[in-house]
Amino acid sequence: MDFLYQAMDAVLPFEPFRYTFMKNALLAMLLLTPLLALLGTMAVNQRMAFFSDALGHSALAGVGLGMLLGVSNITVSLIVFGIFWALMISRINRSGSASADTIISVFSSTGIALGLLILSRGGKFASYSALLTGDILSVSRGDLLWLLIALVAGIVCWVALYNPLLLSAVNPELALSRGVKAKWVEYAFVCLVAVAVMLAIRWVGVLLINALLILPAAAARNLSRTAAQNALFAVLISLVAGVSGLVFAYQWDTGVGAAVVLCAAVIYFISLPVGRLIKK
Amino acid sequence: MNLDKVLSADRHSACRLCRVAVNGLTVTAQGETLLSDVTVHIHCGQLTALVGPNGAGKTTFIRALLSQVGYRGVIEHQDAHGKHFGAIRTGYVPQHFPFDKQMPLTVCDLMAAAMSRRPVWLGVSAKVRAQAKETLAIARADSLLDRQLGNLSGGELQRVLLALALYPLPDLLILDEPVSGVDQNGLSLFLDVVTELTRTHHLAILLVSHDWAVVQKYADHVILLDKKVLAEGSAREVFESKAFREVFPVSSLWGGREAG
Repeated sequence: MDFLYQAMDAVLPFEPFRYTFMKNALLAMLLLTPLLALLGTMAVNQRMAFFSDALGHSALAGVGLGMLLGVSNITVSLIVFGIFWALMISRINRSGSASADTIISVFSSTGIALGLLILSRGGKFASYSALLTGDILSVSRGDLLWLLIALVAGIVCWVALYNPLLLSAVNPELALSRGVKAKWVEYAFVCLVAVAVMLAIRWVGVLLINALLILPAAAARNLSRTAAQNALFAVLISLVAGVSGLVFAYQWDTGVGAAVVLCAAVIYFISLPVGRLIKK
Repeated sequence: MNLDKVLSADRHSACRLCRVAVNGLTVTAQGETLLSDVTVHIHCGQLTALVGPNGAGKTTFIRALLSQVGYRGVIEHQDAHGKHFGAIRTGYVPQHFPFDKQMPLTVCDLMAAAMSRRPVWLGVSAKVRAQAKETLAIARADSLLDRQLGNLSGGELQRVLLALALYPLPDLLILDEPVSGVDQNGLSLFLDVVTELTRTHHLAILLVSHDWAVVQKYADHVILLDKKVLAEGSAREVFESKAFREVFPVSSLWGGREAG
């Protein structure tokens, strides 16, 4: 690890990265954003942008319920609840009892209200408000190791799941006729998104997590003709936005999450006219 | 893999599957009978056309063949000696193919996603690309390899979907009114390809159609369905049958394509 820090000093002789917390934040950014961006490409293809938003909001309820049940590790309660919530939304959505946006909206507000109810008991919500905005500057060495493991595991799953998911994103009937178990592939996908979102939420925050999933993918979609370009651009855009947001936040002393998301948003708005030019 | 090759090569001389024998097929849903006691054979090397009015149960029949709906009766796959033959491969070209036209996806991406395990976001290997092109060529769609799926015309999309249904080479190919939304040139090209397939690959083909001219020209065998089988035989026999005239009054007969 010390070797890595020294290498970073050599490669990045810039003022912000003299500090270890900035080095850690940068490494966390490089580990977190690519996986979210890759998953985001499919979330956009499957028209699930609103779904992942509801999932992010449910993190409050996850933390709250974990606290009530006496789970000491916040990440564990986040992930367990996230998977449960994601499967519930998919399941009820599949039953077709109401339109998808209505169902997702119900789950989104239920998640927020449940979380707020538990966490605000006795006027103590202020101590949890860090969850809303996240704090990537507090990433420790141990956290980085976990993020690395998550990135590798996430990409392995993504290799296995992608093709069947793509077929069912294009047309579910086509996927079915080719023997793709569309339902199970979709469940696996929402679980994967849930885990990635919940791992990232401590550092990025409930309010902005969805932007990291959707914005790079949405910008990449404007610029791409093929599926491979889509993935490549999404990862590049997320890395550029992550690093430049971090530097921006340091220089102007602002929150990191907001700066990163704004950088991604700027790239998105640039991608609109540029995409129209390239694709002509 | 090798076995597949041997079998598909072998099919030129004597096909693996000889017929799909449907016996007493009955499908009910919510107390309503959708299909009642349907007994028909679909032979390989033949194009069988399925015709009937709206709500006749044509789509239900297809879903039963695809095992996507519960049914009573027997659907048996038989070889040349009438022996029972296990699972068959079925290719299916759907009637409607709604998809997101803005999706960054080329024809090559779609074929590779269906043909190989390597995730398409890592790019398509030269080998799979060649394989995709070869399969598209059967449906005369190889020139579309690098086109974006959302930019294809109706006829081009149909040929791509046909190519997709041909990998792996099926025993039974089901075309559910694949001609809607396709211009006349695209339609003849598509049907020429299909006819060629019945001959060269000895596939059993089931075509659902509302276009009498098409049925007349291309079908070897016609089944008139309205919940049950009303008439069966050559196109001429079916069109001249009493049942056919009752289901489709004369005025709508030779006026080209029936609406809807």
